[in-house]
Amino acid sequence: MKTSATDLEIAIQVDEAARVAHELRLKRDKRDRNGRILKHIFLITVSCVMLYPLFWLLASSLKPENEIFGSLTLWPSEFRFENYTKGWYALPISFTVFYVNSAIVTSLSVIGNLVSCSFAAYAFARLSFTGRSFFFALMMMTLMIPYHVVLIPQYVQFLNLGWVDTYLPLVVPRFLASDAFFIFLMVQFFRQLPRELDEAAMIDGCSPFKIYWAIILPLSLPAMGTAAIFSLIWVWEDFLAPLIYLNDIKSYTVPLALRLFLDQEGQSAYGQMFAMSVLSLVPVVIFFVLFQRLIVRGIATSGMK
Amino acid sequence: MRRFFARNAPAYVFLLPWLIGFFLLALGPILASLYLSFTRYDMVSAPRWIGWGNYEYMFTRDRRFWKALQVTFTYVALAVPARLIMALGVAMLLDKGLRTIGLYRAIFYLPSLLGSSIAIAILWRQLFAADGVVNQVLAMVGIQGASWITDPDTSLFTIVVLAMWQFGSPMLIFLAGLRGIPRDLYEAAEIDGTPRWRQFTRITLPLLAPVIFFNLVLQTIDSFKTFSSAFIISNGTGAPADSLLFYTVYLFNEAFKFFRMGYASALAWFLLVIIATFTAIAFFTSKYWVHYENERD
Repeated sequence: MKTSATDLEIAIQVDEAARVAHELRLKRDKRDRNGRILKHIFLITVSCVMLYPLFWLLASSLKPENEIFGSLTLWPSEFRFENYTKGWYALPISFTVFYVNSAIVTSLSVIGNLVSCSFAAYAFARLSFTGRSFFFALMMMTLMIPYHVVLIPQYVQFLNLGWVDTYLPLVVPRFLASDAFFIFLMVQFFRQLPRELDEAAMIDGCSPFKIYWAIILPLSLPAMGTAAIFSLIWVWEDFLAPLIYLNDIKSYTVPLALRLFLDQEGQSAYGQMFAMSVLSLVPVVIFFVLFQRLIVRGIATSGMK
Repeated sequence: MRRFFARNAPAYVFLLPWLIGFFLLALGPILASLYLSFTRYDMVSAPRWIGWGNYEYMFTRDRRFWKALQVTFTYVALAVPARLIMALGVAMLLDKGLRTIGLYRAIFYLPSLLGSSIAIAILWRQLFAADGVVNQVLAMVGIQGASWITDPDTSLFTIVVLAMWQFGSPMLIFLAGLRGIPRDLYEAAEIDGTPRWRQFTRITLPLLAPVIFFNLVLQTIDSFKTFSSAFIISNGTGAPADSLLFYTVYLFNEAFKFFRMGYASALAWFLLVIIATFTAIAFFTSKYWVHYENERD
């Protein structure tokens, strides 16, 4: 009889515990829901503050000149689309030329980065050779070197080659894997692919190049995509190298052209300057919206800027 | 010998572009830069050896060098913690309890992608202009704003704010790190009645230490290299009153405006030393405060 009494006591205790747990859970759920709403309110506020400058830029690019400063409203009293058409031709050379220039530099650089960096990454990640860890360490060290340190000798070198005022100093280094960051990114990805693939292909008599081309590359499209998008955006926004190597306005890229607007500041062409600024950001924003997933994953796995 | 060649040849073929690049674009220039730093070189006549002359001038007589160091270190000391705190704070908000974070993540990351462009630097100049947006907002709460860009006391602050605005990529890295912390640790702490703040200092911070370390190193190196925004906002000169004389801006002007290539090379080498020192300090001290979870004690 005694046993059943204890059983009963235990049963009561268990029941009590379950009740307390249930209450706690209800309380927690309620707290969580309130917390969630608060969080959303806070995050939406932060989002608005973060985005306001961009919207202000967009709005100012459409406003009449006298409305740009002195008011916080984002809605123009009348839309001045001619800021865009006039801005396009505001400099001695039309923006068509600058965009073509930027497109040439960017597309060649992206191709260069993808080819040379994936080559190096394939060697580092999938082939075994004497000196591999030594060269890999060297490659990682180059990631730390500021561009400013190599800038002057590179400039002298390219000047002696007669490459200044051409796109070669901007493009050729990319075919020599100078943006070593992408090697690192691709090595991280290539290493995850199963080794058995290479081994099986090797047994079937595939050459290392065939393995690279037919196995590694097709399986690495996400990594290649991430590298392509980042190099596209970085080259598109690049300012320092074009500033040094391009002197002739006909060869200017878009960022250099935008800077010309600043030299004319005070001639009250703010609307046009903002309009061209907006246009220069459009390709970046489009790529961001289209490839957001790749970009986010790329940063999370490799920790790039 | 033949087997050695056969074994290594394919790899070196793949490595060739990078190897050429390494010697011609990295190692060669670094050594050349070291040599030039001991010369006077104006690109017209050949470099002339002057021994330690450039370094002596740099450390003992060049006021602008010290000013550039001061500006850059102030910037790094303000911008890096500000950016990392923003990044961690927002990442923690996004990490727990929200079902959809994709849109927020995108919005918070966008400025990082656009931030180094010339368009944004141009925009920033106008936002902080005397009659710009920032002062209008301040006027609404009754504060008479400064003339941010043209006042030497406040100009650096505008670039720190620009850096804070771009907290996106450390945020994404923190988010990935937070995902790696086992949920049951927090649940156990919750049952024990551990207050939120303690959960943060006892669980989140220690387990996130490797990620914090990684972000800290990355952002510090990155901040030392800040150029475009400072160059555009200061009109290429470091004005007003050298308050925006970032180290890289000073280096650029010495090299490509005044063609003092030898002296600029000395500046460049000192920058390399600074960055290497910071990286080394971070790595050597890391064992005292970074605990890797998969490490065997």
